[in-house]
Amino acid sequence: MDWIEFPSLSRGDLLAIKKTVDGSFKDFTRAYGDIIDKMFDPLQDFLVFLEHLLINSPWPIVLAVFAGIVFMMSRKISITVGTVVALVLIGVFGLWEDTMRTVAMVTVCTMLAIAFGIPLGILMARSDRVQRLINPILDLMQTMPSFVYLIPVVMIFGIGKVPGLIAVVIYAIPPMIRLTNLGIRLVDPDVLEAADAFGSNARQKLVNVQLPLALPTIMAGINQTIMMSLSMVVVASMIGVKGLGQEVLNAINNQYLTAGVLSGLAIVSIAIIFDRATQAYGKRLQKHSEVVHG
Amino acid sequence: MAEATGIEINSLYKIFGPNGKDMVQKVKDGMSKAELNEKFNHVLGLNDINISMPGGKIQVVMGLSGSGKSTLIRHINRLIDPTDGEVLYGNEDVCKMSQTELRNFRRHKTAMVFQKFALLPHRTVMKNTVYGLEIQGVPMKEAEERAARWIARVGLEGFEDHYPNQLSGGMQQRVGLARALTNDADILLMDEAFSALDPLIRMDMQTVLLDLQEELHKTIVFITHDLDEALRLGDRIAILRDGAVIQQGTGQEIVLQPADEYIADFVKEVNRGRVILVDTVMDKTRTLEGGPTIESGIMLEEAAKTFADSGHGEANVVNGDGRPIGVLNVHDTIYAMVTPASH
Repeated sequence: MDWIEFPSLSRGDLLAIKKTVDGSFKDFTRAYGDIIDKMFDPLQDFLVFLEHLLINSPWPIVLAVFAGIVFMMSRKISITVGTVVALVLIGVFGLWEDTMRTVAMVTVCTMLAIAFGIPLGILMARSDRVQRLINPILDLMQTMPSFVYLIPVVMIFGIGKVPGLIAVVIYAIPPMIRLTNLGIRLVDPDVLEAADAFGSNARQKLVNVQLPLALPTIMAGINQTIMMSLSMVVVASMIGVKGLGQEVLNAINNQYLTAGVLSGLAIVSIAIIFDRATQAYGKRLQKHSEVVHG
Repeated sequence: MAEATGIEINSLYKIFGPNGKDMVQKVKDGMSKAELNEKFNHVLGLNDINISMPGGKIQVVMGLSGSGKSTLIRHINRLIDPTDGEVLYGNEDVCKMSQTELRNFRRHKTAMVFQKFALLPHRTVMKNTVYGLEIQGVPMKEAEERAARWIARVGLEGFEDHYPNQLSGGMQQRVGLARALTNDADILLMDEAFSALDPLIRMDMQTVLLDLQEELHKTIVFITHDLDEALRLGDRIAILRDGAVIQQGTGQEIVLQPADEYIADFVKEVNRGRVILVDTVMDKTRTLEGGPTIESGIMLEEAAKTFADSGHGEANVVNGDGRPIGVLNVHDTIYAMVTPASH
């Protein structure tokens, strides 16, 4: 009953395919790896600068700046006090430096995700064709196990901060793009028509109508991106990104329960701080939509 | 202020569907809306529209929902592209303008007021009102000064820093009106502008519009489904059904000589005392010596009030110079007010 067997490729053929692909990618890496690596140098420099700034500045100043930013965004005493308490506890348990590394990493990743995600989302909202093209790519980025795309990234960049950044951004950028696209597409067509009727050009429509009205959704996208990049720090630690993720990895490898839980809780607390601050900020931006008149 | 330019709409067709252009000839050859939809799956939006909208006057386009009136008004600033025909503003055909010309036309010559207000929710009343000028690139300080004048003129002084959500429907539409007026455009397009408001507020807004028009003399195109509104506002009225104009003329012409059963049905319930002019009913062959006088050009209802107040049975109708031009009597007045249009 030969036909019961699935007609798969022979071992030899498969091996040949794998060898060809791997081989040509290796050649590519050898030829261009250094150039690509160089291109990402400014990014690495910026990340290192931010890290040093957070770690080398006296902790009370960093704490005060954090509290100040959170208060400016949320205008809520409760969230600000929570932030200070959480950061002090992190410091007490000796995780200050690792936390600062992680915060620097997440900050840079979020900035990258915003810088690339919003323009892509706008592009996607403008054209159904672009949307059809990008959507499956986003699906792929979100569902592909991150270890798989770490392989070529590590082959090009080796181990270190930049491959970590790239891995995190790939994983965290899809909600930014999707929600920007969605927000713009959901803008009330009546208001857009009014903008047209007054003779707005495409740029004026984008700046005056589409982006401001999509802002709540875009803010939700930023929030999601931050949360997802935080959840990736452990995976990123496997390719040499220092910070809380590395502590967790270390704890897994050596079965240090307390150390693992503490680092985990530190990640959770900065996640909550980021989340509450950005959400409160988003809500404050929407003050005008509160219905005062019934 | 210079006299506003009128708008000429000549054999305008709009057919919705992928091959609208090919369908025009079929419609010209007499294919009906239903047949076009059934056989070719295209929707006939507008069918051979010819309306000459006088400059500086209020042209009302009336019709029930689905009659094509909102489609028609969107052809004047080309928010919808026509399938065939022309829309002339002076010597320019709006349908032939390039994108840049069209944008300039929209910026400087037209302003629009919408049924659902379509205000920017994230902007204050002031920032909404300056929108048109901002788009034109007028410096913000000057724009705000001009806007402030119109905000005050529509009765919203003191609300400049409120957001639309904080205002009632009537007030929101005042913002919509102020936004359109601040543009200082020749043409004011009003798409069922007052339909979403309660009856009392609607009356109020109609009064605001009529007062404004008295000093501005813009070319106003006003879309409505409400005949009373059409008669109150319209210098001229066009009635639309199934995408075609079935009658146009002054309110009085439509009430006195409805073109068909459909319109006759419509005008049956109208308060004729507020539509028919004393000039239509008066006896032009004679004048009276003394007695009360009624001004030419007022409506029968007002004349009836004069009769009731004075107790006389007859009165002179006088023109602007006070010269008698005819006689109106109570019997004719009441008769004209209550007789339904026969067709």
